[in-house]
Amino acid sequence: MDTAKKNGRSDEILLEVRGLKKHFPIHSGFLRRVTGYVKAVDGIDFYIKKGETLGLVGESGCGKSTTGRTILRLLDPTAGEIIFDDPNIGKVDLAKLSRAQLKRVRPNMQIIFQDPFSSLNPRLTVGQIVGEPLEIQKAASGQALRDRVAELLQEVGIRPENMTRYPHAFSGGQRQRIGIARALALNPKLIVCDEPVSALDVSIQAQVLNLLEDLQEKYNLTYLFIAHDLSVVEHISDRVAVMYVGYIVEMASTEDLYYHPKHPYTEALLAAIPKPDPRKRTRPIKLPGDVPNPANPPSGCYFHPRCRYAEDICKVERPPLRDIGGEHWVACHFAERLQLQGVTRLNEIPLIELPKRQAPVPAASPAS
Amino acid sequence: MATTASKLPKVAKGKKQEDVGQIPQWKLMVRRFSQSKLSVGALFVLGVMYVIMIFSDFLAPYPHDVLDSNNAFAPPTQIVWGPEGPGIYGLKQELDMERFQWIYTPDPSVIYPIRFFVQGHEYYFLGLFPSRLHLFGVEAPPEANARVFLWGADKEGRDLFSRVLKGSQISLTLGFFGVFLFVVIGSIVGTASGYFGGALDNLIQRLIELIRSFPDLPLYMALAAALPLNVPITVRYFLITVIIALVGWTGLAREVRGKVLAFRSADYTAAAIAAGASHWHIITRHLMPNAMSHIVVVGMLSIPGAIGLETALSFLGLGILPPAVSWGILLRDAQSVQAVVTYPWLLIPVILLIITVMSFNLLGDGVRDAVDPYA
Repeated sequence: MDTAKKNGRSDEILLEVRGLKKHFPIHSGFLRRVTGYVKAVDGIDFYIKKGETLGLVGESGCGKSTTGRTILRLLDPTAGEIIFDDPNIGKVDLAKLSRAQLKRVRPNMQIIFQDPFSSLNPRLTVGQIVGEPLEIQKAASGQALRDRVAELLQEVGIRPENMTRYPHAFSGGQRQRIGIARALALNPKLIVCDEPVSALDVSIQAQVLNLLEDLQEKYNLTYLFIAHDLSVVEHISDRVAVMYVGYIVEMASTEDLYYHPKHPYTEALLAAIPKPDPRKRTRPIKLPGDVPNPANPPSGCYFHPRCRYAEDICKVERPPLRDIGGEHWVACHFAERLQLQGVTRLNEIPLIELPKRQAPVPAASPAS
Repeated sequence: MATTASKLPKVAKGKKQEDVGQIPQWKLMVRRFSQSKLSVGALFVLGVMYVIMIFSDFLAPYPHDVLDSNNAFAPPTQIVWGPEGPGIYGLKQELDMERFQWIYTPDPSVIYPIRFFVQGHEYYFLGLFPSRLHLFGVEAPPEANARVFLWGADKEGRDLFSRVLKGSQISLTLGFFGVFLFVVIGSIVGTASGYFGGALDNLIQRLIELIRSFPDLPLYMALAAALPLNVPITVRYFLITVIIALVGWTGLAREVRGKVLAFRSADYTAAAIAAGASHWHIITRHLMPNAMSHIVVVGMLSIPGAIGLETALSFLGLGILPPAVSWGILLRDAQSVQAVVTYPWLLIPVILLIITVMSFNLLGDGVRDAVDPYA
């Protein structure tokens, strides 16, 4: 899978995020004075290469979605740079663009949402929904618009006859496909997938993931894939970044990160993946305590109160995200020293000699 | 509830459900609305009332403001069948010296015939076209005291039927326009408040709180008392509409703001922003259409209140002023117990008012249930 995926991938960087911060003010009191900030995204750096998928994982509330939305300027960043390599304009810092300037860049970066119900306006037909970006950008109108919408719907596996129907007539998976068609309408380069499958059934998840992979290959798309399901991320990502309380703690190729994690938090996350080996009923590494409040994070390394390997320096100094070789970025003081446990490869799990079953029991349950 | 449940499968059987994914939401609403018989009935009643209102001058046999001391408190006229079709007797007026009441005795010697499509007093149909045509009238010499009072006469001898018809022109429309005005103001202000937020939102919300902090009735009375008295009836009509709207828009503006806040943070709005949509596009494409059903419901349910408010203001002498006539002014004549006991026909405007308000309430209920057709 990995070798096949890497074919379309180049070393050119499409999006580079430097020191991105998004703080939400906390108002309180009669005068609604600002009494503090929720540091949802607190200075993160990463890059995405053309044609690759960067998975962004982390617990709920760690700032994954905020990152995705800030990159698209659906939210205005507090600080930092978002450098996007626009095919027409060249490299631009999205964080500094005005509304009018942004409109020219927006066709090249689109978003797919998590909730297939709130992402489609119930008052519009599917044709209107998918055609809306074209209409806004005045890219097509009349018959040309209808043809393009039909083409897009076909692309995502919805019959074009359904253009005149309303979203409530579709299932969750179909709605998600409609949302994907809308994101594709303007031929974007980058698509932020904000947990696109986490609201779907497992069988539908696989269909939508395959669709996303097919589309990536066909149109050479670049994905920022936000998710909390580690197996989904492993399946689709070329590289993975792990977030913890508004901060990226580790970023590496999927292979490296899953089998050779260098950050204790990554190790704990990976240990929580259910193992396909019924004999190994080991408890996952226990993470004591809760995710810290992003309005009042701990000193030093944000992870130190929960970290098994924490030492004194962790309480004082926040480790920077640094490359320890082979594009493996880690924010841990002891990245080189620690020997951490990754996931077990499927073929390393020894098969069990199953005891020979008797002939099938005659009156088995009719349900199966 | 049981009846609706048993009726649902019937609807499902037909062709109706097959195209449910194809039809726009407003059509689903119409479909859902038509299932509520009570609301459809109310709509029909209101339709009839408004048609009657449009033709009220044509239907009214007499002008609403001509005094006739010979017929003060005349009871509803008895219709008799004469040689030339329906007709009436002349009335003889006597004063009961014991109770100081007028006593009317019909004089059966002559039957004055009722004619249809007769020429009478001049009026302007819809305020534009001069006409003298009336549906009916009594053919009688001027010296004979023979006038047809279908619903009796008031203390000045004016035909109550004609006055109720004339009053409907104000009572049925003023509340309507007042609500229309406040719905427009409330939607615009609420949308602006919810969408743009920030200082504008703060300002609007404090203004709303300020307006709402006044007690309603004294505020209405103060506003109404501030209206100039010597202005034409049309100007006064407009000013009272504005009073109804001024106080009414605040509640709607808050609700619309809440709705808009929710729709603004919906993912479909984010998708439109991600495609580079303008504020205007987002407001007209995503926010207003979704808020519209709520606005319509609030508007519908506010009409009866506004009609009642106009009536109340006129009743208190703060709204429409005589010689113009509205149902509220007619109710002033029915204030005293003596009037109600002795001349019960003076209560007819109350019955009409109740029918109107109830119909609007039932209609509003039906609309409210219909706006969520998927429920």
